[in-house]
Amino acid sequence: MSVKQTIELPQGNLDSGNMLVNIGPQHPATHGVLRLLCELDGETIVQIDPDIGYLHSSFEKLGEFRTWNQIVPLTDRMDYLAPLMYNCVYVMAVEKLMDLKVTERCKVVRVLCMEMERIFSHLLWLGTTAIDVGAFTPFLYAFQERERIYKLHEAFTGARITTSATRIGGMMADLPEGWTDQLRNFVETFPETLDEIDSLLTRNGIHLGRTQGIGTISGSDAVNAGFTGPNLRASGIDYDLRKDRPYYDYETYTFEVPIGKNGDCYDRYLVRMEEMRQSLKILDQALRRLPGGPINVDDPRVSLPSKTDCMNDMESMIHHFKIVTEGVRVPPGDCYFAIEGSKGELGMYVVSDGGEKPVRWRVRPPSFVNLSVLPQLAEGHQVSDLIMINASLDIVLGEIDR
Amino acid sequence: MGIKDRQNEQLPVAGNSDLTFLTTKVDFVVNWARRNSLWPMPFGTACCAIEMMASAASNFDLARFGMERMSFSPRQADVLICAGRVPYKLAPVLRRTWDQMMQPKWCISMGACASSGGVFDTYSMVQGIDTIVPVDVYVPGCPPRPEGLIYGLMMIQEKIKSESMADHERLRREDPEGAGRPVADSSEVKALTGVFGNSTQQDKFSSLAQTARPGRFKDVLK
Amino acid sequence: MTEGKVSMIEAMVDVFGSAITGSEIQCGDQQVVHVEPSNNLEILTWLKDTEGYDYDLLLDVTAVDYGSIPGVEVVYQLWSITNKQLLRIKCALPEDSLKIRSVADLWGSANWLEREVYDLFGVQFEGHPDLRRILMPKNYSEGHPLRKDFPLRGRFSREKQTELALKQDYEDYYSPEQLEGFGQRSDD
Repeated sequence: MSVKQTIELPQGNLDSGNMLVNIGPQHPATHGVLRLLCELDGETIVQIDPDIGYLHSSFEKLGEFRTWNQIVPLTDRMDYLAPLMYNCVYVMAVEKLMDLKVTERCKVVRVLCMEMERIFSHLLWLGTTAIDVGAFTPFLYAFQERERIYKLHEAFTGARITTSATRIGGMMADLPEGWTDQLRNFVETFPETLDEIDSLLTRNGIHLGRTQGIGTISGSDAVNAGFTGPNLRASGIDYDLRKDRPYYDYETYTFEVPIGKNGDCYDRYLVRMEEMRQSLKILDQALRRLPGGPINVDDPRVSLPSKTDCMNDMESMIHHFKIVTEGVRVPPGDCYFAIEGSKGELGMYVVSDGGEKPVRWRVRPPSFVNLSVLPQLAEGHQVSDLIMINASLDIVLGEIDR
Repeated sequence: MGIKDRQNEQLPVAGNSDLTFLTTKVDFVVNWARRNSLWPMPFGTACCAIEMMASAASNFDLARFGMERMSFSPRQADVLICAGRVPYKLAPVLRRTWDQMMQPKWCISMGACASSGGVFDTYSMVQGIDTIVPVDVYVPGCPPRPEGLIYGLMMIQEKIKSESMADHERLRREDPEGAGRPVADSSEVKALTGVFGNSTQQDKFSSLAQTARPGRFKDVLK
Repeated sequence: MTEGKVSMIEAMVDVFGSAITGSEIQCGDQQVVHVEPSNNLEILTWLKDTEGYDYDLLLDVTAVDYGSIPGVEVVYQLWSITNKQLLRIKCALPEDSLKIRSVADLWGSANWLEREVYDLFGVQFEGHPDLRRILMPKNYSEGHPLRKDFPLRGRFSREKQTELALKQDYEDYYSPEQLEGFGQRSDD
């Protein structure tokens, strides 16, 4: 049976005005609760207004009501993709303000933690970004490897994500027995998976088509926009805090800083892939040089006296009581301390008035600043590219909204 | 096999001796179908969302429970998994997502922040999503392990198992004005919590409400 | 290293005179300069453009409310990529005029950072292209949360907060006329 149909074409001019499309805040491709208001001319983006704050949990206000050590559990809920890194940078800032030198073992353990977290965070970015361009397999591979780091977290701290592993003056505990062997095993076997993911994506025609020449930003624009971390290095600017403002003896480790050329999504991908390999190199060296000795500093301002002393000695008991009930006291002053985070320059600005609680605890959020460039990057591109550009910036909403 | 063959196929006719029968209760078969193909709507906001992704990935594999299809559209979802903190700015979004879901629907509150506000007893946070949407299962933990989420989903399955079609109206009834209104009245809360109050009714009796530092100028209310 | 810093302070005092109200070193190696809020834009432009200093990366704009001292202090963190130098500029604002000139024209990164300071502290940035709330809802009516006189749990009761939150109508945002910055609809 055939039916002849005549289609009535509308008379006059079609409405060719710009459209307003709302993406998010609950959308699988926005990597969190980000809302993007896009004004579109057909498929082309005219302008974007990112609307953030849908995860504003008032960390900074809450920090003013917590003692110095009580802030540590807040830090890992801020960036749940690299929790140990946030634990470390917060206590490092406070230690710098207190002029407290941690032990050699603690330094190396923190380097291990931070480099492990860089891989941990980049793997999630890799998996979710691959999904955004239509590749599901890398997500499964990446999560399998992440699961191994989850196990390392769990063996060390007891928790999978919310680690809260650091304390002012050291760590919550020394590394458990056999932990370094597990980590070494990971360092040795992980490159295999990385190569596999590499072979799936790096020369993949679809991936190249979706990323090359998309969301390009020049070096000087990137500096002006406040880009840091892999995003800035993809634009060809050599700025890595591990080299430029070294902390924890990073100048003594041998590693290279990957630099991109074009500043597009593909270069950002390449830089992150190479960073994972370099992190493995650092992990390998750190595992080799891990010294023995105590992990916590022996400083009366932060460390508790031993149990025997408390039982036999009045002064030690008072000391114990005061540290436990009042918390650590930090001398007045302010301190900005930053490390090379997985997403960019991750800084902590702490202000103390000498009390047991901070006057102000400010996080310099790398993804907040990186996201603010999105309107500039996506202008003129298609809607489908917007998803890729947004993914390539590697944002985490917990830290953007704080 | 082509379309032709299919057309010539004998249609099942009642009374045909080749057919096998299974007699059961309608409730059972409906609930069996419902509980074994729950499509979750992942409302993931923070840390718990990462654990939810981990449960969907290969090691924990939600697909074993007929839930591998994460339904990102609320229209096709059966169970809302609210994973993570919900600030007041997100509250209407959550409510709207819930309203868009078709009946029958269930809700899991995953993690301490979604269930009670968690550590974030602050100006911007909803103190438990049960003030916004009705919740069937609370999964404790900060964040819960994937096993915890899977156990929560299995509890939903148990719950569905015991539902009855005859009771449909009562089970699905929802007070449209109820959202945001505390269920317990002040006297009840006071009797249970004494002088401390709880996080939703603190301003009545608790001195915890006075958390501002005194001796400063008033900032202007707009 | 220290020599260079001292001479930079001297050069700043030479150029701006009394607009530089003080300088200190925090934590051993962090240079802090206190400046008059009325001169912030000139001083930051000078620091960014002068040969030999080149503070080209604005890392952070934030504010501190000390509570014991009335007013809010705006803090800029600067970094020079070529010279590898960190610098912190502080401008203390008196409590009766929380106003400062915006540096969003100098650095693109200042745009959102200043909006955040406005949102959480209520500091007015004059000349900012798009100064509106960024983290809190646009119609948030309880004040500026990071001020010291703002209670941790907000000013309203939880019931009222939930009620106000659920009243927000997201359908509003779909009509272009109601959006700031989205008003131009081409009608050809």
